[in-house]
Amino acid sequence: MTNVLLVRDLKVEFRVAEGTIKAVDGVSFRVPDGKTVALVGESGSGKSVISQAIMSILPKPAYITSGEILFFDPEKPGVFYDIAKLKPDSKEMRNIRGGRISIIFQEPMTSLSPLHTIGDQISEALHLHHKKTKAEGVQVTVDMLRLVGFPKPDEAFHTYPFELSGGLRQRAMIAMAMICKPGLLIADEPTTALDVTIQAQILDLMQKLQKQLGMAILLITHDLGVVASMADEIVVMYHGKVMEQGTLEDIFKSPEHPYLKALMRAIPRFDMKPGERLTPIREIKRESDSKFLQQANPRPVATGEEKPILEVRKLTKKFTTRKSSLFGAKPAGEVLAVDNVSFFIKPGECLGLVGESGCGKTTLSKLILRALETTDGSVTYNDRGRDIDVLALSNDELFDYRNKVQFIFQDPFSSLNPRMTVFDIISEPLIIHNVGTSAEREETVKELMTLVGLDIRFLRRYPHSFSGGQRQRIGIARALALKPDLLICDEPVSALDVSIQAQILNLLKDLQAELGLTYLFISHNLAVVDYIADRIAVMCKGRLVETAPKAALFKNPVHPYTKRLLAAVPEPDPNHRLNFTNLVEEKASNPELWPAPFTADVHTKPVMMDIGGGHFVRVHENTDLEELRL
Amino acid sequence: MIPTLLVISILTFVIIQLPPGDYLSNQLEELRSQGESASAMAKIAFYREQYALDKSPIEQYARWMGFWPGPDGFSGLIQGNWGQSFTYDLPVKEVVGDRLGLSFLINFSTILFIYIVAFPIGVYSATRQYSIGDYGFTLIGYLGLATPNFLLAMVLLYYANVYFGVSIGGLMDDKYINQPWSFDKAMSVFDHMIVPVIVIGTSGTASMIRRLRANLLDELQKQYVTTAKAKGVPRLKALIKYPIRMSLNPFIADIGNLLPDVISGSVIVSMVLSLPTVGPLLLEALRNQDQYMAGSLLMFLALLTVVGMFVSDVLLAVLDPRIRLTGGATK
Repeated sequence: MTNVLLVRDLKVEFRVAEGTIKAVDGVSFRVPDGKTVALVGESGSGKSVISQAIMSILPKPAYITSGEILFFDPEKPGVFYDIAKLKPDSKEMRNIRGGRISIIFQEPMTSLSPLHTIGDQISEALHLHHKKTKAEGVQVTVDMLRLVGFPKPDEAFHTYPFELSGGLRQRAMIAMAMICKPGLLIADEPTTALDVTIQAQILDLMQKLQKQLGMAILLITHDLGVVASMADEIVVMYHGKVMEQGTLEDIFKSPEHPYLKALMRAIPRFDMKPGERLTPIREIKRESDSKFLQQANPRPVATGEEKPILEVRKLTKKFTTRKSSLFGAKPAGEVLAVDNVSFFIKPGECLGLVGESGCGKTTLSKLILRALETTDGSVTYNDRGRDIDVLALSNDELFDYRNKVQFIFQDPFSSLNPRMTVFDIISEPLIIHNVGTSAEREETVKELMTLVGLDIRFLRRYPHSFSGGQRQRIGIARALALKPDLLICDEPVSALDVSIQAQILNLLKDLQAELGLTYLFISHNLAVVDYIADRIAVMCKGRLVETAPKAALFKNPVHPYTKRLLAAVPEPDPNHRLNFTNLVEEKASNPELWPAPFTADVHTKPVMMDIGGGHFVRVHENTDLEELRL
Repeated sequence: MIPTLLVISILTFVIIQLPPGDYLSNQLEELRSQGESASAMAKIAFYREQYALDKSPIEQYARWMGFWPGPDGFSGLIQGNWGQSFTYDLPVKEVVGDRLGLSFLINFSTILFIYIVAFPIGVYSATRQYSIGDYGFTLIGYLGLATPNFLLAMVLLYYANVYFGVSIGGLMDDKYINQPWSFDKAMSVFDHMIVPVIVIGTSGTASMIRRLRANLLDELQKQYVTTAKAKGVPRLKALIKYPIRMSLNPFIADIGNLLPDVISGSVIVSMVLSLPTVGPLLLEALRNQDQYMAGSLLMFLALLTVVGMFVSDVLLAVLDPRIRLTGGATK
């Protein structure tokens, strides 16, 4: 088998003011023609630096100190280039870059210029490497857009990136990378920022194009699930070195290296035994004798018949979109972000709320916190026996309510004020709610830090000196400061690496047990929800479509949307590759196209039906139970 | 726009009226102290009648704006009549006329100078951050910001005269004043403009360099620049097409503020260099309580500001599809 790319003993150093960092330290691997090689590792393992070295777009302080990057152009047999020796601005390198090797980045939001149409940006790559007239360029670009699955490629040519959804943007990015029919495609975490269902579509698209155009793919990712579905060969990296490499089967069947084994254990899987814990690569060390725990005053464990801690009934939120003209704005239409949502959470329980982005999960959580005004419906909070009508609360009562319900945010980078020290961040809720004297507050903050496993010496530092996982722990400590009973976690681990994700999930689980907390855990990743939640609610287009205890939902998903979500989660097991044929159709996320009795459109309004064992499904009224037992 | 201008006109008028007395009563005092002169008194009485200075301020305002008929019928700002300057005893239009063109010339050249000088330097500083050149320009830029304009004006005038024989002050040689335009006159104006343009432009250039550098540095970090590089776009082309285009927005947004500056800016420098621009005229009018002159000039500036804002908004929408297409969508 011929190779497209051969990397030999590559070393890359970053020379910065603080000293020299060896980002890549003697890495060798190959990419065979027409195959997919996965480069796996946590963030900071040097995998992205390798991709930049191959493209010769290393940042300024980075230097290739030794080694070779040999690129064998499949179109010119016998010719090869050593990219490590070529000057980044040389003509040969410019021809290879974008023409023969192209790259897809992680962030579809930022990797396209917002000021140019996608047609302009895609055809630019074409014109740079091939002599084409303008009209031909447009034609080729439109064909490419059609190939990557734009529904209306002619119109798409003239759209701007911000008018497109994340999935479509990533498709545009792929079109840009493919337009010159490269010999090698580097995909740098191409689906990390996307929903599972969109991820499945993009992965499928990449595989199809690979078959059609016969190119090799270097897939860079930290998600072993994606790897299992995509790769032929795997290279595992850790701290700039290759830990292990081999074919897909070898690596997954008999992982040799302890790092790889640890990485495998850190991923939530569907086949985990009840009570089985994830094993993060680096466990958070926490002191168990925290004073905070002793004073915590946890809610007594629910005694079966206790009323739910939170009950949401027929909650509805309408947003009005506006159309502006020369004479001011007029309401143009209404968007039902949350449509008649009813659910409850029992004390001490963790309810997982699952759905794709844009389905209204976050809006729902904001309604519960009264960060947004509700259009219709009711929210009842059970404050240790006393019912509170959340939507009727006024100033002081609302202030007290927010004492009891706290929020953990998705993005650990933007949810902490970079100009406040960790101490200020964690003590802020205490100051706002006027809890204790300043000495007591200091004591509490210190206890919170040890509770989430952070060193109290870090208190004077600013957020930028912490890693993503540590920042998320600071966010958790802040949420716990007021000793809340209910925590709303909005995608708390989706921005984190797998190993860090395991840390945070374990921490949340432990805290829940120790402090008697109740969670509303919002996520798009069913495997994560499966690990932490007791009951799961599935949401689509503002409506709940299915709620059930965890076991029932995974064993017997009834609603087509749930089934699709489940099918879209890539499992770290080569024997359970994603079955793309079911996933790629848009049908499953369009309520109007769901088969009867699930169809929801202007004429039919399905209702939640109890099908036994706390399992509810949204179906047409008077649907026969037998009909659902398919 | 029109309501904004109306409010501005009311504010302008009220502020001009605020100090006690008016130009005529000041004049009257002076005449009285000198011993009365019948003809002067008659003239003052005529003005008083003509401009309704003896009437209520509301009526004065209405006449000035042209909402209310005066002795000559409707004749106010709306009809294009800027009123009479008491100091010069001439219609405001005639007093301002020539100067308006020259002010525009000087300040417009200054803006061009700022853009032409600041742009390449800003881009150079950003792309070669922390190089010797960057530090050098930064130093010069700060000097430019910190030096008072009028001081620089005098220093430059001296050296320009001593070493290059460029004559001092004014905007043209004395012999061309009140002469019809000719090639020689134009050259003379050009010669005289070099010093004022540099003087007025330095601080603007310096701050523009700093801003462009900061904007561009932000943009250069962005992912789409890497994307462009990864496509194989040559360096300079990628730089111009993506990050520079992105960092243009603040400059276009600035046009609104620039327009009134073009007319009235640089008062002090104009005084020092005795340039025949509008700036000193406005200052003088305000000091003399020459109410129609001041009011009309201020209104003109306000109009320019509003128009400038409008122009920059339109340009922004043309240049930036995000503004064009997402404007009006509220959350």
